[in-house]
Amino acid sequence: MLNLARNELYRLFLSPLAWVILALSQALLAYLFLSHLDYFMQIQSQIAAIPGAPGVTEMIVAPLLGNAAIVLLLISPLITMRLLAEERRNESLPLLTSAPLTAAGVVMGKFLGSFAFLLILLFMVLLMPLSLLLGSHIDLMQLASGALGLLLLIASFMAIGLFLSSLTRQPAIAAVATFSLLFFLWIVDWAGQSGHDDAGWLGWLSLLKHFEPMLQGELYTADVAYYLIVTLTFLLFAIRKLDNERLTG
Amino acid sequence: MTKLLEANNLGKRFGQQTAVSDINIHLSRGEVLGFLGPNGAGKSTTMKMLSGNLAPTNGQILINGVDLLEQPKQAKAHIGYLPETPPLYRELTVREFLVFCGRLNLLAGKPLRIAVDRVIERCGLGDVQHRLIGQLSKGFQQRVGIAQAIVHHPAVVILDEPTSGLDPIQIRDIRHLIREVANEHSVILSTHILPEVQMLCDRVQIIAHGQLLFSDSIDALSKQMHASSLQVQLANAPSVSELSAIAGVVSVQTIADSTFRLHYQPDNDPTERLVSLAVANGWQLRQLVAEQHSLEDVFMKIVQREENSKDA
Repeated sequence: MLNLARNELYRLFLSPLAWVILALSQALLAYLFLSHLDYFMQIQSQIAAIPGAPGVTEMIVAPLLGNAAIVLLLISPLITMRLLAEERRNESLPLLTSAPLTAAGVVMGKFLGSFAFLLILLFMVLLMPLSLLLGSHIDLMQLASGALGLLLLIASFMAIGLFLSSLTRQPAIAAVATFSLLFFLWIVDWAGQSGHDDAGWLGWLSLLKHFEPMLQGELYTADVAYYLIVTLTFLLFAIRKLDNERLTG
Repeated sequence: MTKLLEANNLGKRFGQQTAVSDINIHLSRGEVLGFLGPNGAGKSTTMKMLSGNLAPTNGQILINGVDLLEQPKQAKAHIGYLPETPPLYRELTVREFLVFCGRLNLLAGKPLRIAVDRVIERCGLGDVQHRLIGQLSKGFQQRVGIAQAIVHHPAVVILDEPTSGLDPIQIRDIRHLIREVANEHSVILSTHILPEVQMLCDRVQIIAHGQLLFSDSIDALSKQMHASSLQVQLANAPSVSELSAIAGVVSVQTIADSTFRLHYQPDNDPTERLVSLAVANGWQLRQLVAEQHSLEDVFMKIVQREENSKDA
């Protein structure tokens, strides 16, 4: 299983895709980071006098991580699409299914491999707010809470993408389907905000809704549980799908 | 003899359609079993079931005494499988890929390195071991596929049409490699090419329409294949009646102006008489071929026999 994850990560870095994704998302977020920083520098003198005014962490770190979540939403489908769909298209899946591995082992290996890749991305993003430590004081706990939120978000993105990738042999279809589903789960609470009282449960479904409190440094068990449930559910779906293929051909 | 692989009453249905039914396969240590059938007969389905990639609707598979359906993990460790399309990661080098396959099959550390070195040497991949698989010719990719199947030294190696889509020289090389593999492993080889089975296998099973029609040694198959007709070309041909007058000839069929097919009774071969007559009468014999049944003929013969025995 770990071998599979390692191989997955290694193969990812053999393709230019991984490097391009890392470089461009880093560049994009660096630009956002700098513009937030610039804005903060401008208004710093004005808000310094106001008691209880937002500090560096609220003004820079939280928006940065929020933007990072959107960038991740956009790139996750590109990472997950190849996991199983491409194996299927290259007909290399029998290599894994005829090895002494269970379907769960295959799915977990794939999941961990892609998860590790996004961890690298996340680490590089976090270096930016951490660099503020050189000249300022930031709320490390709030940063940690936001990072944990992103971590959980990544896990659920990967699980959803992996499942959709298991359904098809066309990576492009897997990518589009993953993006649509992620985007839908992202905006589903808009209906909840439009004033209907009975739409509250839609808000509960939203990936975004559970992420926002963590950005503000508020960590709720329910939010953590939500991401874990989403991740586990889609991983189980993927395992079931692979198993079913063996049974019905 | 110990049975390394034993499949009993294997059957697979896809919805209403029966792909294969009631297949029994036995493989002993050191044996090469040819699994022969026309395209669409259910060969690949059977191979997939034997390798644990497809669950049979009914029946039982024992690999080295371990039930494949109940303990798939343990059983699969004894199998090496090469599907019709070799499962390769084109972006890896040959060596990286084989190391990965070894790890997949639970090898690690020094044994892994030794196993990979050995398999690279056995499959003749030494010169290309640091090249990307995607850049290799199809023949070499097939070799990597075979190497992948034997890297963990399994008891049973299952090869599904290993020579399809290769050029004649590559086919020869791959057959050579398969024979080499057979020295150390028991092999099941599926193919639709009859000479391949004759060259490589000890025993043959013939499948058509998802049913096992024939299961015997290769010699028994050769007997089945022996036809009772000669094809002759005579530059100065006599009349058809002169040819049919030769003792043993049952009928004469004219294929072209000077080419004939002579059917004879199996126990009364007229070849010698034909040759001496040709010399004596100056018929100018150009060609004399003892016709062999093609695979299709053998199938037809076996299928017909099957149906006759059902009627009886």
